[in-house]
Amino acid sequence: MDLIVDGIKKAFWLLVTLDPEVMGITWLSLKVSGIATLVSLLLGISVGSVIALTRFPGRRIAVSLVNTGMGLPPVVVGLFVSIMLWRNGPLGFLEILYTPTAMIVAQAIIATPIVMGITLAAMQQLPKKLRLQIFALGATRLQMVWILIKEAKLPLLAAVMAGFGGVISEVGASIMVGGNIMGYSRVLTTATVMETSRGNFDVAIALGIILLLLAYIINAILTHIQQHERPR
Amino acid sequence: MTEQATQPPTVLEGKGLRVRRGGVIVLDVPSVSIIEGEVLGLIGPNGAGKTTLLQTLSYLLKPVSGELYFRGTRVGSDVPVLEFRRRLAMVFQEPLLFDTTVFQNVASGLKIRGMKRSESDGVVAEQLERFGISHLSGRSARRLSGGEAQRVSLARAFATRPEILFLDEPFASVDQPSSEALIEDLQVVLRKTRTTAILATHDRTEALRLSDRLAVMMDGRILQVGSPDAVMNHPADEFIASFVGVETILTGKVVSRDSPSFLASVGGHEIEAVGDALPGETVHLCIRPENVSLSTNLQRDATSMRNVFSAKIEKITPIGLYQRVALDCGFPLVSFVTTHSVEALSLREGKEVTASFKATAIHVLRKNR
Repeated sequence: MDLIVDGIKKAFWLLVTLDPEVMGITWLSLKVSGIATLVSLLLGISVGSVIALTRFPGRRIAVSLVNTGMGLPPVVVGLFVSIMLWRNGPLGFLEILYTPTAMIVAQAIIATPIVMGITLAAMQQLPKKLRLQIFALGATRLQMVWILIKEAKLPLLAAVMAGFGGVISEVGASIMVGGNIMGYSRVLTTATVMETSRGNFDVAIALGIILLLLAYIINAILTHIQQHERPR
Repeated sequence: MTEQATQPPTVLEGKGLRVRRGGVIVLDVPSVSIIEGEVLGLIGPNGAGKTTLLQTLSYLLKPVSGELYFRGTRVGSDVPVLEFRRRLAMVFQEPLLFDTTVFQNVASGLKIRGMKRSESDGVVAEQLERFGISHLSGRSARRLSGGEAQRVSLARAFATRPEILFLDEPFASVDQPSSEALIEDLQVVLRKTRTTAILATHDRTEALRLSDRLAVMMDGRILQVGSPDAVMNHPADEFIASFVGVETILTGKVVSRDSPSFLASVGGHEIEAVGDALPGETVHLCIRPENVSLSTNLQRDATSMRNVFSAKIEKITPIGLYQRVALDCGFPLVSFVTTHSVEALSLREGKEVTASFKATAIHVLRKNR
């Protein structure tokens, strides 16, 4: 029991004193996962909308690929990105392996299908005649898509939460392509793994609490927006 | 020439419109036109192609063949589709409102057209007022009753001052008392704004109340176009007759003729009707239920009518303010009787009564013209 109690005590001390190393790791986590989520929103919403609103050969296959991608194992993504970015790999010339950029790439690959899948489902849930109604109101194609995205904004907020939640808590890909380099590519999850394996439970618990708090705060904000947006 | 000049212009004209769905032609309309200021009622049973025709005429659905002329210019070539769509408006069966306030919903068509808020606010307020929903302005469109939501949808359509308004079963998803009030209000607004409109409905009374002309549709075709009186009282064929509410259609053979009327034999009974049918000819006699009167007095001489028959009441079904009384006179006959009369005459199933109708009240369809 002492192990746990001491761990929690030390963890709070690290948090209360705003330990620079812990804060640095937290900030990097937020930055990497935040940017990755933004990238996935741009790609996921646009491609997801196109798949939802158009008919083309192979559409069914595309839909099932997206749905499969929603459960993409992070380690597989890590492996794939590592190979691509390896020194003599196809994209090795970029020289970004073991950098935060590589982590953003890997996390964006994980989050994009999640956002895309939720976008697809959200768009398909809107009444079919809504599109005709929007056209009858004199909308251009682009205006039509924009209005539909706005109509699906509540489920799309869920996409943001799911995407961000998926990547901030992900460890496999980050450790593989980021390398867990102290002060450079070490994020909350990779640091937790390392500290635990070293037996530094106090630091690990502190990192774990921060991770939980972050996930909670971000979701609380989005939930608040979602509930507030739902007009009375 | 002078006649041409006095006639109001055609706003929209469809020529040779055909729509195919799954290899089957679901719409085949060689010609249809909507005249400035009129309300054209499109009636027909579900699946007759009313919605398909509306969507084709509004260019929301591209026909496999045919052309659409808006004020004489061809849609899609002379006038761009977007410009055409911005001069019409459509109200569907479902209100299809956006997930925002009532005000924003009514403003949406204007916003799409790029109108500034300072300009659109007044227009929106006017429409809210017109449809009696000003008090709902700030409310979420999710929190409206069916009738209120459809009012918002109508206000949204009128806000863009459409040159043609397409109404696709706009009252079908609204409950009875609300739809009554809604039809009345729409009638007033249509008249006041002199908006050209085309209304698709399966409800004949709705169509009769709002339309200047009626077109009857079935199986993707327009079977008859004309004034409500012409369509309701002079249906072009049996199908239209049965659809427009002539409940009784009897088939008989003309036995003798005494101009302007003739006698036809129907199931061993002779019925007098007015028309040009010749002896030996087969005719359909359409008798509207409201033209059949019932009495419990079995004295035939009491009435001057020729068509007086003893009848047995088969079934009494209440329909709104009336009771539909199905009779057996040796041939089937239907009469609409007010609930009050049913009680006064103590009508009940199995009772013997006298049914009568005027020879002039029968609409004659000649079978072999």
